[in-house]
Amino acid sequence: MDYELSHLRTLEAESIHIIREVAAEFERPVLLFSGGKDSVVMLHLAVKAFAPAKLPFPIMHVDTGHNFREVIEYRDVTVERLGVRLVVASVEESIRQGRVVEETGSRANRNRLQTTTLLDAIEEHRFDAVFGGARRDEEKARAKERVYSFRDEFGQWDPKNQRPELWSLYNGRHHQGEHIRVFPLSNWTELDIWQYVLDEDIPLASIYYSHKREVFRRDGMLYAVTEHLSAGEDEEVFEAIVRYRTVGDATYTGAVESTAESVADIVAEVAATRLTERGATRGDDRASEAAMEDRKKEGYF
Amino acid sequence: MSQMLRLATAGSVDDGKSTLIGRLLYDSKAIFEDQLEAVERTSRERGDEYTNLALLTDGLRAEREQGITIDVAYRYFATPKRKFIIADTPGHLQYTRNMVTGASTADLALVLVDARNGIVEQSRRHAFLASLLRVPHLVLCVNKMDLVDYDQDVFDAIATEFKQFAAKLDISDLSFVPVSALNGDNVVTRSANMPWYEGSSLLHHLEEVFIASDRNLIDARFPVQYVIRPMSGDHHDYRGYAGRVSGGVLKPGDEVIVLPSGFTSTITSIDTADGPVSEAFSPMSVTVTLADDIDISRGDMICRPHNQPEVGQDIDAMVCWMSEQAPLGPRAKYTIKHTTRTARALVKDLHYRLDINTLHRDHEAGALGLNEIGRVSLRTTAPLFFDEYRRNRDTGSFILIDEVTNNTVAAGMIVGPTQ
Repeated sequence: MDYELSHLRTLEAESIHIIREVAAEFERPVLLFSGGKDSVVMLHLAVKAFAPAKLPFPIMHVDTGHNFREVIEYRDVTVERLGVRLVVASVEESIRQGRVVEETGSRANRNRLQTTTLLDAIEEHRFDAVFGGARRDEEKARAKERVYSFRDEFGQWDPKNQRPELWSLYNGRHHQGEHIRVFPLSNWTELDIWQYVLDEDIPLASIYYSHKREVFRRDGMLYAVTEHLSAGEDEEVFEAIVRYRTVGDATYTGAVESTAESVADIVAEVAATRLTERGATRGDDRASEAAMEDRKKEGYF
Repeated sequence: MSQMLRLATAGSVDDGKSTLIGRLLYDSKAIFEDQLEAVERTSRERGDEYTNLALLTDGLRAEREQGITIDVAYRYFATPKRKFIIADTPGHLQYTRNMVTGASTADLALVLVDARNGIVEQSRRHAFLASLLRVPHLVLCVNKMDLVDYDQDVFDAIATEFKQFAAKLDISDLSFVPVSALNGDNVVTRSANMPWYEGSSLLHHLEEVFIASDRNLIDARFPVQYVIRPMSGDHHDYRGYAGRVSGGVLKPGDEVIVLPSGFTSTITSIDTADGPVSEAFSPMSVTVTLADDIDISRGDMICRPHNQPEVGQDIDAMVCWMSEQAPLGPRAKYTIKHTTRTARALVKDLHYRLDINTLHRDHEAGALGLNEIGRVSLRTTAPLFFDEYRRNRDTGSFILIDEVTNNTVAAGMIVGPTQ
């Protein structure tokens, strides 16, 4: 035996180590689950970390109310299949309670509103560690974030004042009311995620695979016509063969034209692509060069 | 099978480090078109004469505004042979703190020098920190060879000078590559401009450098992280000890001793979610079950009866101080995290402060300030199970945490028990 691990198994071992550290050292962890591929892989790793016991913490979906129907179905099937406990934090509920006000205008969306809903839920449930599926390769502000990312009592991230993170010794110390965001997938790339999905045969929401859909073009991206979003008067609606590279709110997540029908097709497509997934599909990152950093400082995912 | 290699780089823009990393990323297709367009656009708007590849990961607003790198940035690229993680640290600001952080997990350190300037203070510092953190492989890249007419004598003189300096350090594997990052000479492919160079290109070296033997496969060390007790249905009596192997090889049937209790038992199985395995080694995350029902909890250590770590509360270590708020001084108390164990630690003695440029030991020093390195004696409230850092980077390392601010204030490398 040569005592070597492949890079995917090395990443897996690192993530499991991180997830177990959190379960051992925190009182009330929670895992954020959107139904997107990264949170699905993170949940898969968390379940593996504690087998044959059940997951010792709940998962939480921050629901904007603007979901792809297929993703909510997938979420519920997954919760059932894995026997995990689901907490739903609803943006609509935050709007009803007057915690946030719906944006207006043709480009209105609930991206920023989610932060209030998320922070309210963290406070309500007294969560002290919140797992997120963010990867360092997906966005430049995330490239500098720690695996254990400290948040003050307002949920804020201070990028210039982060704790040094050495070896695999994570510092989760915090005062009451503060919490730690934990990113077990920090060192994974988009391609690693897909290769792992293939290796482990992890089921995903159907919109990741090529399908026919009514779309329209806006700001260079393809948006689906759904009950939450319709085309403007000057935007032509047409049918296209598409799939989603990221899964987010239906009002600002774009599709890509693709005929990839299986995970193997997608691995090949991702390996050859010349556009980042967020650049290709996310309206929310296009606001400015520092759109992600600004949202993260406020307490975003 | 594709392996993973972690490398740490440091240096300033002037060395051409960003250009070199940019070229590795670009040539391995890890830079995407939308990223490159954004960088080109920003470079143009700022009036830069060239596409500033540092903008690729200097993503924070303050970094873009001030044209500086604030923090360690992690960049990723892959070839069919290996996946690479680059911990890229800024050249000046918080140099030591960031370099120590990046080097703590690195398999290989990349030191870059400008062929026209040769070895400078920063190159020596970088090499010293790489050796202090026991990064197993060091590559000195002599960059900008195009500006010295690809002259072999220039390269040889720099290599000779560096070897003499490195002899004072503890560097197990040292290589030299002459490159021009701007033109791509010897970065991905061998350069026709330097036929006298018989080694491999930088990327080829990164793909081939032998790292499997860097891990400790001799001293079995398994710090218990978490106890798995399903207490349900099929697994009613299951009791597994979850953790990450920190050294040696564990097998079912091995006789083991558990610290601190000293009870012995036998490994029944080594479990993973994918089923039992016949062997476990670093850095695998597994779950161990034992034949006997003994009391084991987080922070305990499973090892072999005839190969045990040091057990003790009095420890000598080199520490790098990382707090700008208060210096490390004698009699100060901190929280210490070591493997899966947490205790309190008292600084009993500061023996000396080390000048990382001259390697001079100042025995008169009364404190360690930000980015300073020194040797201390610690007394801990509970025994730690440790090895010398040079023998095991997992069981030989610790961090100190300020008990008021909760900040990580020091990185520690264990020298041994206090004599």
